[in-house]
Amino acid sequence: MLVEEIMKTEVITLPPTATIQQALDLLNQHKIRHIPIIDKENHVIGIVSDRDVRDASPSIFESDAGSNNLQHEIQSIMSHPVITIHPLDFVEEIAKIFYDKEIACLPVVREGNRLVGMVTEKDMLYTMIQLTGTHVQGSHIEIKVPHRPGILPEVTAIFGKRKTNIVSVLVYPSKDDPDYKILVFRIQTMNPLPVLEDLRKAGYELLAPNQDVGRQL
Amino acid sequence: MSPCNAKYVFSTDLLHYHFHEDHPFNQKRVLLATELLKEAGTLAKNNIVPPRKATETEIKLFHDHAYVEAVKQASKCKLSEQAAVEYGLGTEDTPIFSGMHEASSYLVGGSLAAVDEVLSGRATHALNLGGGLHHGFKRKASGFCIYNDGAIAIRYIREAYNLRVLYVDTDAHHGDGVQWAFYDDPNVCTFSIHETGRYLFPGTGNVNERGIKEGHGYTFNLPIDAFTEDDSFLDAYTTALTKIAAFFKPDIIITQNGADAHCYDPLTHLCSTMKIYEQIPLLAHKLAHEYCNGKWIALGGGGYDMWRVVPRAWAQIWNVMYQGQPLSGELPAAWLEKYQKESPVHLPTHWEDDPSIVPIIPRREEITEKNNLALQQLLKYTVTPSRQT
Repeated sequence: MLVEEIMKTEVITLPPTATIQQALDLLNQHKIRHIPIIDKENHVIGIVSDRDVRDASPSIFESDAGSNNLQHEIQSIMSHPVITIHPLDFVEEIAKIFYDKEIACLPVVREGNRLVGMVTEKDMLYTMIQLTGTHVQGSHIEIKVPHRPGILPEVTAIFGKRKTNIVSVLVYPSKDDPDYKILVFRIQTMNPLPVLEDLRKAGYELLAPNQDVGRQL
Repeated sequence: MSPCNAKYVFSTDLLHYHFHEDHPFNQKRVLLATELLKEAGTLAKNNIVPPRKATETEIKLFHDHAYVEAVKQASKCKLSEQAAVEYGLGTEDTPIFSGMHEASSYLVGGSLAAVDEVLSGRATHALNLGGGLHHGFKRKASGFCIYNDGAIAIRYIREAYNLRVLYVDTDAHHGDGVQWAFYDDPNVCTFSIHETGRYLFPGTGNVNERGIKEGHGYTFNLPIDAFTEDDSFLDAYTTALTKIAAFFKPDIIITQNGADAHCYDPLTHLCSTMKIYEQIPLLAHKLAHEYCNGKWIALGGGGYDMWRVVPRAWAQIWNVMYQGQPLSGELPAAWLEKYQKESPVHLPTHWEDDPSIVPIIPRREEITEKNNLALQQLLKYTVTPSRQT
């Protein structure tokens, strides 16, 4: 999946000469947490977060709000240079940038640092939810299989034979056994019994809580 | 408690909702429960009212015109495969069968008949075991459900009588169709207790699903862990529902009484016994009298051990409605004799289950602890906050 598929293209921005007060108003008004700072050519030259702005704001415990701090230019508190990404970057890779750099927002730029969009940590999480398929109706089955070529089509053929639609597939390593993988299927059915029975007959190991399901009679 | 004036919706019109022989959803359950009650002597002819056939206008109180048209086409086996997919029809879960529109209309009409009995004042409680098809969506069939009779009945109550409705769903699957139907409505409070969506269909029903817009705060979910047993189920359920009823103060209660949380049920991983199916109607009955002048409508729902579990569980709802108490002791011999011949499994002989039918659950303490955490989370929402930012 590419960044251009998940990025927001309508981005709230400010010029470097805007006041901190303007930034504060925008953050509150749009319920956002980051504002890229751009020059006249739409180039990203900095970024401010809600925390940067709050650090510059008077405390709610101070009765004297007459301070002029909020009239300073935003460029005095913005972070730069800015870590940016490209529309053709992979979503999986930018997840690593979020994690490694401990940041929560990435402006998307094209040639010459021109701003074309933005991806936030929240967008990223939303995408992960889509990838796992947990947002659509389905039953969830976990199967432990040997880690060898061709195993996935063998297993999925069993679902295909039952005309069971697969919503999502995840493959992750078996924690205690490097020769095995855990396949996680979300399938679009309320009655997984026939598929569970077929998988069992084909010799696959079903994980809890499905290992004994449908066997009780 | 003295006997209440209750009505039981039944006619053979409820039995035509039938996908095919091997499908787990089988309306013969309604017949088995009805026969059991007749043999037990708690259901007489004058308690029974027939379902009516819901009109298309009534069905469209909840469903889209285009969807109803699609079901009608499918009913005559004239719907193209491509169109069927768009409406969730013709799947393994919800296959197309001839006459499906009419059969579904009677299930809806059964629930509407139950509403009419109670709101006309002819009865205090009413039961439609043919209803409770809680997975039906506005324009999509899903999870064995075509028309969502519960959602339609609630819309009907809202439009015709303007009462505030508490919907309580004890099916082991999350009552998603009804939840989403009233997600933004502050006059309909939905509460579903179900096995967590971690493994089980439909996967939703997290405690943090709480409604949106004006309806925020009027959706409650209590997901409980796979292998939950009676005590933990009842503790969490009783506490939650008592608090929710006190918070919402409904005018009428509608319960969806799926009977698939039993340890015999093949489709779910919960591990209860008949004990919860005695307590669930008792609590609904008590709360209905406490808050709603008794107004309580109960519907059927899921339940896939149709011989050993569903007839007893559903019969007890009626017993509680009719005489204030569930029955106990031996099941009527005539019923056992008649149906043991048909049943592929050995039928239980008593209303209660022997506790030994529950397998040993090694993680019992963890499960109880997790359920209790979910309950504590839910209870936070039954208190009106002073200020939320």
